[in-house]
Amino acid sequence: MTNHWVDIKNADVVLVMGGNPAEAHPCGFKWVIEAKKTRKAKLLVVDPRFNRTASVADYYAPLRSGTDIAFLGGVINYLIGNDKIHHEYVKAYTNAAFLIDPGFKFDDGIFSGYNEEKRSYGKDTWKYQMGADGFAKVDETWQDPNCVWQLMKSHYARYTPEMVSQVCGTPKDAFIKVCEYIAETAAPNKTMTSLYALGWTQHSVGSQNIRCMAIIQQLLGNMGMAGGGINALRGHANVQGITDFALYAQNLPGYVSAPGDADTDRATYLEKRTPKALRPGQMNFAQNFPKWHTSLAKAWWGDAATKDNDFAYDYFPKLGGASDVLQIFDQMYQGKINGFFCQGFNPLASVSNKKKISDGLSKVKYLVIMDPLATDTSEFWKPHGEFNDVKPADIQTEVFRLPTTLFAETAGTFTNSGRVIQWRWKAADGPGDAKDDTEIMAALFLKLKEMYGKDGGAFPDPITKLTWAYNQPLKPSPEELLREINGKALADVLDPKDPTKVLAKAGDQLATFAHLRDDGSTACGNWIYCGVWSQAGNNSARRDNADPSGLGQTLNWGFAWPVNRRIIYNRASADVSGKPWDAKRTVLKWTGKAWGGNDVPDMRPDAAPEEMVMPFIMNPEGVARLFSREMMAEGPFPEHYEPFESPLDANPMHPKNPKARSNPAARVYKGDMEAFGTAKDFPYVATTYRLTEHFHFWTKHSKINAIMQPEQFVEIGEELAKEKGIANGERIKVRSNRGFIKGVAVVTKRIKALDVDGKKVHTVGIPIHYGFKGVTKPGFITNTLTPVVGDANTQTPEFKTFLVTIEKA
Amino acid sequence: MNMNRRQFFKVCSAGLGGSSIALMGFSPTNALAEVRTFKLARATETRNICPYCSVSCGVLIYSTGDKSKNSQAEIIHIEGDPDNPVNRGTLCPKGAGLRDMVQSASRLKWPEVREPGSAEWKKISWPDAIERIAKHMKADRDANFMTQNKDGVTVNRWTTTGFLASSAASNEAGYLTVKTIRAMGMTAIDTQARI
Repeated sequence: MTNHWVDIKNADVVLVMGGNPAEAHPCGFKWVIEAKKTRKAKLLVVDPRFNRTASVADYYAPLRSGTDIAFLGGVINYLIGNDKIHHEYVKAYTNAAFLIDPGFKFDDGIFSGYNEEKRSYGKDTWKYQMGADGFAKVDETWQDPNCVWQLMKSHYARYTPEMVSQVCGTPKDAFIKVCEYIAETAAPNKTMTSLYALGWTQHSVGSQNIRCMAIIQQLLGNMGMAGGGINALRGHANVQGITDFALYAQNLPGYVSAPGDADTDRATYLEKRTPKALRPGQMNFAQNFPKWHTSLAKAWWGDAATKDNDFAYDYFPKLGGASDVLQIFDQMYQGKINGFFCQGFNPLASVSNKKKISDGLSKVKYLVIMDPLATDTSEFWKPHGEFNDVKPADIQTEVFRLPTTLFAETAGTFTNSGRVIQWRWKAADGPGDAKDDTEIMAALFLKLKEMYGKDGGAFPDPITKLTWAYNQPLKPSPEELLREINGKALADVLDPKDPTKVLAKAGDQLATFAHLRDDGSTACGNWIYCGVWSQAGNNSARRDNADPSGLGQTLNWGFAWPVNRRIIYNRASADVSGKPWDAKRTVLKWTGKAWGGNDVPDMRPDAAPEEMVMPFIMNPEGVARLFSREMMAEGPFPEHYEPFESPLDANPMHPKNPKARSNPAARVYKGDMEAFGTAKDFPYVATTYRLTEHFHFWTKHSKINAIMQPEQFVEIGEELAKEKGIANGERIKVRSNRGFIKGVAVVTKRIKALDVDGKKVHTVGIPIHYGFKGVTKPGFITNTLTPVVGDANTQTPEFKTFLVTIEKA
Repeated sequence: MNMNRRQFFKVCSAGLGGSSIALMGFSPTNALAEVRTFKLARATETRNICPYCSVSCGVLIYSTGDKSKNSQAEIIHIEGDPDNPVNRGTLCPKGAGLRDMVQSASRLKWPEVREPGSAEWKKISWPDAIERIAKHMKADRDANFMTQNKDGVTVNRWTTTGFLASSAASNEAGYLTVKTIRAMGMTAIDTQARI
């Protein structure tokens, strides 16, 4: 989230699209109700299903799953065409005036630089024109045909209300009504918040769904405002924290991009990641990259990371290419993975195409499960009737299952989706011999270290020299780890403006990442968490819920990253002169000498408005991007592409260009392409979703949740049920080109057939929560049905749109 | 008046008992009979966070015992933390069932192994489990560790063992996990954040 949960109460319009917080995030959703009650805020819901969020909405519009970009592109066109633009904001705080390379083109669905064979783009033309002064060129009049404003305007002119209706199946008047509500927040003192979750991310165009909203919120001037922003609701209690710590391949902790094969040495690596300002006088905060990376190396390898060995640069493994969950399972399927760990992760149930996952796991030599629960994955080799039809004798994988403690049985921090880091206290020991994840990782690591110390082996240095200054080596405590994450001064840190002033004494916990250095004099395990455990102690454990501003900022509750800032880009909540756009909801204001208000400034505290330091400090431009340059895989402006399994033969926006049918830059592996089904055999659009009584694949192990929702069901509309002769409560079989599942038919009014491109399209809704382990009725794993293709930028699988057919079981 | 929930329960239950005893002619200070208090009044209260969605609701966990040495705490009740500024004491239908998650019949209690081709689990000790897994890791790492790529660039990576990390783990567990597996050279790493 750019904002936070309680801040939703400050909105005038709440747009829920790509999420269903009334059911999936009920205790956060109360802040939507609060906004409706106290501010008369309007709640808009756009979703294929009339879900429970829709049931309390002021306005609901249906759309076909997988067509959000067509809808949102239509909103952009509406805002431009009806001049519902916060002009002063867009002029000052976005790249509307920037000039783009004249070679940049868009032709029938494809941007310049496309390589069909590689399914990827060369991005040489997706760039700013640069001036002789080394800065990007701008045209403040917005008249140059190559300026971002003009390019954007013409790009979205095709997204007429008629086109939106044709692609999305949304009635034209419903679409216009949603536009009108959204457009009201173009007024400087009105805000809209965008709430989304997996309904936007789990598409082959997921990232561009969100990019559309970024453009809309810039046009409306809603970023940085209380009650504004783009707010990812997110999944697990600590999915934000684990993302921050980069438990995935492409980053190191704190979104520090991991080195790859092209980064042959430290200097090359740092140079590529340390941007130069693209406009004069901008903060260009990412220029501090070398401090973050060097401090991480010092936290991990301490005295073994020195200037002479390039701060242990070669101890960081270099990424050889994509390494996401779909790629990893494809490698496994090809027999290229020998060992595999699942730490609190149930991939058999939660990754696409169960059969491919199961076949992959069967090829692994050793599989280690660390979990509090007996997961489906841990028994992928065990027959469970038709739900898991396997022969153990054929599966040679050695499987270890290690019991872990769960939330109530450990201390430490979780970070919520509003970036607030909060301490938890331990209530009881785990059952039997269960151990904390930290103890298991320590035991495995120390055993390996012992073996490498004794017997040697492949490149032992990063293992044998890893810092391990924990009081009990086999039991690193959460307190010790959070202090290490925060970081400390290894030598006195001096004020660069006045070297007689010591900012942090050697050995002190650091108060802020502004004190990090790139000369090896500071250590920090995750720079964005710096300040969470300062000399003042454990700030994540602070429990003062006072809210003097009335905005719900609670600055003394826990600790938000970065530097306890609650609303990111908050400099944009004030106009260029530093005056809040809405004085009643002041987040930040210029006091004459410094930035003050009700949040930690997202700005150099003494940057006077006349210095023109712009609010988007992480961008070298200083402004937000309507045109995203070369940052995205499939283009600088979002364009509608059909899902990989679509009921339509062609993209209605590019009916004659098969290259532009589905995301041209999405990666599809051999075998997975062949496993796509077509509308001829599988005529219905399926979408997976979650129930309010269940959490992923955990609560099927919890008795009371199992009582509330005991069994797999499949939701279909009345019209489809009638066509197929299926009655409410009958058992049905759902088939995709990858397999089948069975469930109870729930016939509802919540899903309606849509008229799309002259064709009637039915949607089938499938909850995900069931499997063959647990106390719910044994059932099929829903992801038996789903295709293996991901978003071109993130590789998040397309779980929300695929094709099925249904019949009586 | 400043009091926590536990003190509140104590005052309420004592007040109720005291006043009815006084009605019967006993002076409260001299009462001999002990009145049964609310169960939660005798419980230990611990502040934690619901592990489900990322609203990360504050919860109060009530357990038996006082956390003294050799007393085995049992979690008897979990409810929303009224101090938490986000959930303000509420829990949803998922969170309301948290105690059944803690006490689920599916909780794992000891390390197990399923040998290749076998149809059953076999209980093993922690030292055996750690030793066997570490041996697998070392054998695979030593056999497949890539020091340089084909262009002679130092890459120091180990791609043949992969790791899916949990978005339900704490930041501290996540940090220790990434620190150790990166030090080993692993690059096939992912978490639920992606899916």
